[in-house]
Amino acid sequence: MNKIWLIIKREYLTRVRNKTFLLSTFLTPLIFAGMIGIIVFITVKNKDKESVAVLDNSGVFKKDTDNVKSIKLTLNPAADTSNFEKKGFTAILIAPHTNINQTDAWRLYSRKSFAVSAVGNLEDRVRKGIEDNMLLSQFRISNTNIDSLREASRAVVMEEKRIGTNNQNKNGNSAVAYGVGYGAGFLIYITLFIYGAMVMRGVMEEKTNRIAEVIISSVKPFQLMMGKIIGVGAVGLTQFLLWIVLITVFSSVIGALIPHDVLLQASEANKSMPVGNMQGNEALMGLAKASNELSSVNWLLVAGCFIFYFLFGYLFYAALFAAVGSSVNEDPQDAQSLMFPITMPIILAIVIMVNAITHPDSSLATWSSMIPFFSPIVMMARIPFGVPGTVPYWQLGLSMFLLVLGFLGTTWLSAKIYRTGILLYGKKATWKEMWKWAFRKS
Amino acid sequence: MALLEIKHLKKYYATQKAVDDISFSIEPGTIFGLLGPNGAGKTTLLRMITGIFYPDQGDIIFEGKKFDPEKDAFRIGYMPEERGLYKKMKIGEQALYLAQLKGMTRAAAMEQIKYWFNKFEMQTWWNKKIEDLSKGMQQKLQFVITVLHQPSLIILDEPFSGLDPVNSNLIKEEIFQLAKSGRTIIFSTHRMEQVEEICDQIILVNKGAKILDGSVNAVKQQYKENLFHIGMASAPPVSESPAFEIAQRGEFELVVKIRTGYSTNDVLQHFIAQQIIVTEFHEMLPSLNTIFIRLVEGTATARQFQPITA
Repeated sequence: MNKIWLIIKREYLTRVRNKTFLLSTFLTPLIFAGMIGIIVFITVKNKDKESVAVLDNSGVFKKDTDNVKSIKLTLNPAADTSNFEKKGFTAILIAPHTNINQTDAWRLYSRKSFAVSAVGNLEDRVRKGIEDNMLLSQFRISNTNIDSLREASRAVVMEEKRIGTNNQNKNGNSAVAYGVGYGAGFLIYITLFIYGAMVMRGVMEEKTNRIAEVIISSVKPFQLMMGKIIGVGAVGLTQFLLWIVLITVFSSVIGALIPHDVLLQASEANKSMPVGNMQGNEALMGLAKASNELSSVNWLLVAGCFIFYFLFGYLFYAALFAAVGSSVNEDPQDAQSLMFPITMPIILAIVIMVNAITHPDSSLATWSSMIPFFSPIVMMARIPFGVPGTVPYWQLGLSMFLLVLGFLGTTWLSAKIYRTGILLYGKKATWKEMWKWAFRKS
Repeated sequence: MALLEIKHLKKYYATQKAVDDISFSIEPGTIFGLLGPNGAGKTTLLRMITGIFYPDQGDIIFEGKKFDPEKDAFRIGYMPEERGLYKKMKIGEQALYLAQLKGMTRAAAMEQIKYWFNKFEMQTWWNKKIEDLSKGMQQKLQFVITVLHQPSLIILDEPFSGLDPVNSNLIKEEIFQLAKSGRTIIFSTHRMEQVEEICDQIILVNKGAKILDGSVNAVKQQYKENLFHIGMASAPPVSESPAFEIAQRGEFELVVKIRTGYSTNDVLQHFIAQQIIVTEFHEMLPSLNTIFIRLVEGTATARQFQPITA
């Protein structure tokens, strides 16, 4: 036991002290936060760029009070298609001359192609203007009345309720569950690859350096393999925790760095258009709803399950990666071909996960979240939808039990392959040979 | 009491009898040579002695008890032929790590590392990495790591490969010192002149079986051909004698093979009777190299794979 501890310590420290580890740990969240910052910046910057001249003699655009900063409208300036650019407009919108309520023949001229959202925005305005005009002319309803009616109808809120056991209705949160499940599943998928490959490279290093035999004369091959797997797993956990801390810190720093009025402007751009820019509006509403519902997800359970599935999923696959590492011989090309049967189920799992997240109750989702090869990714995608609502306790229990069993199985199998492979020099093992190593007696 | 006793050890692979019923014993303080052509089963034998492989049959008795790899690992220092160290790890940390893996405490390991690093003038290496060292330097370090935990049995597989004569002598001197202080050394090599120089006792394995066992001197006696070298002050006479036949003729020397039934004195008398001044007379014992080649010759250079039915 003491020896395993020594090996774990070495595997952990040499990796954590490595420059690549430090760089990737600190740069990843920085890049992550930087990207968010850049996206916010570009969105805000883009919004107040468009300045459109409107030639509207029919009076659809009556008031330019509904001007917002994302698009600046100027009614009937002394501009036409030939000189609007010189006068500082990015586009010119020309209304049809014939009929006030004509819906076609509106033309938007611009040099560069217009952003889709901006075109949609203009369309919505024209639609609303025509609608108002029609209502006024045909039903004698004033614009102010229409606006207040619209305001009132907008107050509809649909609240999802999920019927749970004990007649305890919970707030439904499929959007949040979707996001959390997707994120968790993907995160496990990525970590399986990153840290699994790290274990494999470590084993290959020991084999090609020819230090394996020196160490194996002091400790059992199993101890060396387990020490490496646990050590790398600890590196993974460390990196994860650091990422969470750093992303939180960086995001809040970036948030503080963006000027207050820019943020205000961004939100105003959405708010001031009741009908216009539906997408932005919906997203904003979704976000507001989400932040309300985030509290309805059982975070403790999700986090606990995540750590469990992260650890045991990693352990399950790391042993297999170690076996592959012990069987290849220096040539990275060999590693590629031997890795294939291990990476296949991981990729298959992510494919199933994408399907399972839209139908977390389907039999495909249920059964594949029991199989240890897929369960870390698929089950993690289902759990945020609710335990025991979507995932009954027996399923969760069975899935965990089978995963632990699977981990013991792959470790036992891999240990036998590893023991022979690590001391075999000069050639790459075939699958047939590895099979023999794994299942021969003694 | 023998330090190590090997009894009818067997290890069969799917296509080969790697070690087929080998027995021998080694007394404490001996330098024991394990010889054999490539693929004779030496490495498999050593791996069983170090507990890396389990024998299919037979017993290993270590220090009077049945060998237990778990407990006895720290009593053995093994420098395998396929050896190496972590390239990116600092030398000092590496030595400390490997010594601790053998079961030493940190303090004891540090003390021994300091002792050996001083002895081999390696004090400045501590913070260097393996990739900064030359092959000879790595070899020296590997030797230090092998003996660091003061094992009672030291197994060295081709310890001199890649060493220059100066460093070779340094290691050789250490091997003698360790043997003198009661350590037992198993020394596996193809280089027969080193074996003659260093080893007290040898065994020769071929095709997984032991074909020779004994002290270097006894083995030489066993395979001697009664050849004698005679130096003379004048050109040797052409005359023949029933006591010997001439194997080789030089300007002032002869190599003769004494016939059975005659002794060295018969040969000397023959020359003295002819008034020839004998300046030199000694027996020519075969070199281990000659014995090795003679015994192993005839076996195919590459070992053939054979189906095992046992």
